[in-house]
This record gives sequence, C-alpha cells and structure tokens, in this order.
Amino acid sequence: MNALDYFVLLGAMLGIGAYGMWRTRASGDLNTYLRSGGHTHWLTIGLSVMATQASAITFLSTPGQGFESGLGFVQNYFGAPLALIVISAVFLPIYRRLNVYTAYEFLGKRFDQKTRLLGAALFLVQRGLGAGITIYAPAIVLSTVFGWRLDLTIVCSGSLVIAYTVSGGSPAVNLTQKYQIGVIFIGMIAAFFVLLAKLPAGLRFSDALALAGGFHKLEAVDFSLNPDKRYTIWTGVFGGMFLALSYFGTDQSQVQRYLSGASLRESRLGLMFNAVFKIPMQFFVLLLGVLVFVFYQFERPPVYFNQAAWQQQAARGSGEKLRSLEAEFNAAHAEKQKHLQEWLAARHAGNPAAAESARAAALAALTRADAARAATKATLNASAPTITANDSDYVFITFILSYLPHGLIGLLVAVFFAATFSSKAAELNALGSTTTIDLYRHVIRREATDAHYVTASKWFTALWGFVAIGFALFANLAENLIQATNIVGSVFYGVVLGLFLVAFFFRRIGGTAVFWAAIAAQTLVFALYFTLHISYLWYNVIGCAACVFLSFVIQTVSPANHATTRE
Amino acid sequence: MTPSDPPPSSDESTGLPGLRTWRGVYAAVIVIFATWIGLLAWLTARFS
Repeated sequence: MNALDYFVLLGAMLGIGAYGMWRTRASGDLNTYLRSGGHTHWLTIGLSVMATQASAITFLSTPGQGFESGLGFVQNYFGAPLALIVISAVFLPIYRRLNVYTAYEFLGKRFDQKTRLLGAALFLVQRGLGAGITIYAPAIVLSTVFGWRLDLTIVCSGSLVIAYTVSGGSPAVNLTQKYQIGVIFIGMIAAFFVLLAKLPAGLRFSDALALAGGFHKLEAVDFSLNPDKRYTIWTGVFGGMFLALSYFGTDQSQVQRYLSGASLRESRLGLMFNAVFKIPMQFFVLLLGVLVFVFYQFERPPVYFNQAAWQQQAARGSGEKLRSLEAEFNAAHAEKQKHLQEWLAARHAGNPAAAESARAAALAALTRADAARAATKATLNASAPTITANDSDYVFITFILSYLPHGLIGLLVAVFFAATFSSKAAELNALGSTTTIDLYRHVIRREATDAHYVTASKWFTALWGFVAIGFALFANLAENLIQATNIVGSVFYGVVLGLFLVAFFFRRIGGTAVFWAAIAAQTLVFALYFTLHISYLWYNVIGCAACVFLSFVIQTVSPANHATTRE
Repeated sequence: MTPSDPPPSSDESTGLPGLRTWRGVYAAVIVIFATWIGLLAWLTARFS
C-alpha cells in the first residue's frame, strides 16, 4: 500500500465515522437513540440489514471459498428469502404493535420474565462471542498481509466503531452503514471489472465459465441427501431457513435495524429488499472467487497464500521441504498452463475431443498442484501449529495486492474495514440496547429518566466494545473464519428460534414449560455438537425442534403449568 | 397480546406498482427466489 492507498482508506473510514457522529450528535431520547425515532426509510433499512450481516469476513473469506470450493456455499443463503417473508408477515407486525425496543421484551410480554432473561442471555453470550470474531477476523488477515501489529489493528479499528456507535446510537449505525455499503459495492464491482480485464487475452467470459465448470467450481446446487455434506440444497433451504429465521427474526442486531422503520411498510420493504438481493449478492462475491481461481490458472499463484507465514517457516527448519514442495507445485502449475492453452485453442477451433483431452490433462496437473499445496499446509501446520491450515482467507487479499492498481487497493482495504465497522456497530448497538432494556432497566433500575437510560446504554455499548476488543486480542481461531462465525451462531440460534416460534404459534404453552425446554434443548445441542459430525446448519433445526417438542412435553406432563399469555 | 390476533396493519398499502397487497409482494419474492434456484441449477448442469 502506498500513500494514495492510505489516503483513500483513512479518508473513507474516518470520513464516514466522523460524518455519522456529527449528523447524529443530537440523538437525545431513548426512542431516538435505540430506534432512530422510528423515522427510517425502507431503503436505508434494507441496506442497513444487508450491511449488518455482511461483515468483512464476507468479503475476505467468501471469495476464498469460491476459489477453493466453487459456488456451493451460495446454498447456505437459500433459506433467507423464505425466512424473511415469515418475519415480515408474522414477527414484525407483533413487534411493532407491542412497541418493543428489543425482541426479548416480546418474550417477557408473551411468557414471563425468566424466559425474557433467558432469551436475552443467550443472545448476549453468542453475539458477544460473535462480536469478537467480527473484529478479529479481518484484523488477523490484514495485519499478516501488511505487517501491521495485530493488537494495534484490533484496538484502532475497534475504537473508531465504539466512538461513533456510542455517540450516535442507532441513527449513527443506520447512517454510517448506508455509506459503508456504498463503499463496499463500489469496491467489489471495481474489483470484478479489473479481474475480468486481467484475464488472458483470448479468454472470453464463456471460456472462463467453461474452465471453472471443468474444474468443478460452478456446482452451485447439490441435490445430494448425504447428511455429511456441509452445503446442499436441503441444508440450505431447511437449515439455512432456520438460521435466517433466527438471525433476522430474533437477533437484536437485525431486529433493531428494521424496528427503526417509519412504518410497518418501510420495515417490510427493507426486509423484502434483502429477500430479493441476498442470494445474488452472495453469488456475485463467490463468482468473484471463482474468477480469481480462473485467473490463477494462467498466472502462477503462491503455493500457500499466507505468504508471511510461509516465508517465516521457510527461513527455519522446514525450509528445505517447503522449497521442494514449492518447486513441485510450480512444475505442476506450468504443465497445467500448457494444457490449458491447448484446451483453449481446441475449444476455439471447435474440436471438442481435443478440448476434452487437454482439460483432463490439465485437471490431472491441477490435482498434483493441489497435492503439493496440501502437503505444504500440513508441513506448515506441523512446524507451527498456530498457523491455520486453511489459507483461503488470504486468496482475495493476495490477488488485490498483487494485481490491482494503487488507489483501488486502498479502496478494497476500505471495503474490508467498512464491512467490519458496519456489522460491528450493529452488534454493539444491539448488545448495549439489550443490556440496558432487558437487564438494567428491567432488573436493576426500574424507575429512572429517559436521559439516565440513554447514558446507561452508552456505557453498556462501550463496555461491550471493550469486551469484543479483549476477546479479539486473545482469540486464536482455526478454520475458515466465516464458518467459525456461522458455527457459533448455529449452536445457539436454533434454541432461541424455538423460544420465539412457541411464542408466536403455540398459544397453550406457558413460560415455565418453554423455559425448561430451552435449557434442555441447548444442553442437547452442546452434547451433539461435540459428538456428531454433521453440517453445522442442522443444529439450527435440531435446537429449534427440540425446544418446541420439549415445550409440548413439559406443558403436557405439568398440567399446573398454565400458559401465561399477557398483553 | 395473543398470537392468534391478526396483524393489525396487514392490509397496509405496499406502495409498489402492480403489487397492491403484501401477499402479492411475497408471491413475487418467491417467484424471484425460485428463478434464482432454477438459474443456479442450470449453471450447475450446463458447466459440470
């Protein structure tokens, strides 16, 4: 990165943060601070909901997933449109009618206070952990690539988000998210067109797709019923729907966004905006990763994309083995390039037999190159266990730094920070709101002025920000980062969704039954998580189903436990 | 509040041209969703 890149990066990030603070400096009463006074337009809600979900992990890791595994990850989002329709039709009108600040307030009104506290506590635990990952994930990648100090990257980026979120509350979050998602769209679209321009001369877009398809990177929909497969249409539609229903419908970081709507119509349209554009957006980001894969079939990639880690270990005891594997990888890559040129010539000459033969030879060379990559990862992991074996989070950033012009590099790094800030701010806003409304105002200090609760909310927001920074400073995450986030979510979300589904749809079940059912279901999910090896998306279904089923059982065997439906 | 109560504003205007009811909006979203699945399934079959 040069001075121009730093100018673009700092200008965009500090400018948006400062503008957000200045514009929302008069966020006076509690309704304004927590719900933007109920004045938000549907497009702002739509972009805000999208920005809350799309963290930096989305834009760092997802292209890496596309590069490694192709388009299959898009199935993870198949449940989102259906879930958003259910939320718009059922959840949202009730939230608005009850005039709640948080989703867990609704549980208190429908059941009882212990169930409300349980819902709030489950949210605070899982979102508190998630907030740490949100800030750690981009920091570890960017600090490794740029040689920045990890702790300073975490503290500086975290402090800026804390500053404007604490200062302006929900209005500042909504406003800054609108501009941050603008930066994200501009940066990703610019990267897409630069990538297309960088593809070899003579390689048309249709050739690129054919090449990616020939290497199994365009398998977007998998109808397999194998439960061990992580992404299929079934895990996506069913597991993904439960995950989306829980995330968009009961996670305060999202609920807070659409409760700020000026009317039911504005909130609904904001949700439908996401129902329509969520899948295309994820597809686009994954396709970008697939095109980076195609690009690297003609340009030699590093054998291991986390170059800093590779060079560090190459200078030590395992250096000889790593260099030997690199030579093996380079030879396989050169052979693959030769066969791909033959494939391209045969394809353009209309000779399918020769094209198929060249493709098969290229695929064999790719398999050898992948084997050398896998051996490199194993060697690195054996010599330094702290190095994650998965370098896919470094694929896109390596491409950006190696092939994008200055200025655009700064813009793309700004994309990662904009995405971090937008999701982080919504999380802190929600954590602060839930702590204030469901714990402080409800349990500790019931009668106080509006100004007192605004001040308390600011303190709690800042406190959660520092907790997230502390967690990020001590985190040591393995596996692909976006999956780590989703796994944490899936372990808790199912049970929380079960609480809300019972609340919305099963009138005869009371608070005590659902409370103990939720405790038992969460225990079951923990036990299964540590004993089974199934797609993590299924834990959403299992947790939810267990909570609903056990609620019925407990309600039935405890006739004295009457339903406590309250206005 | 009882969960069986109908949402009070379910008949609120959508303000969208050609889609006057929320049921119509949801149906349109489902059609768009099904179209996306169809296109992705076609992409999978076409380039596999």
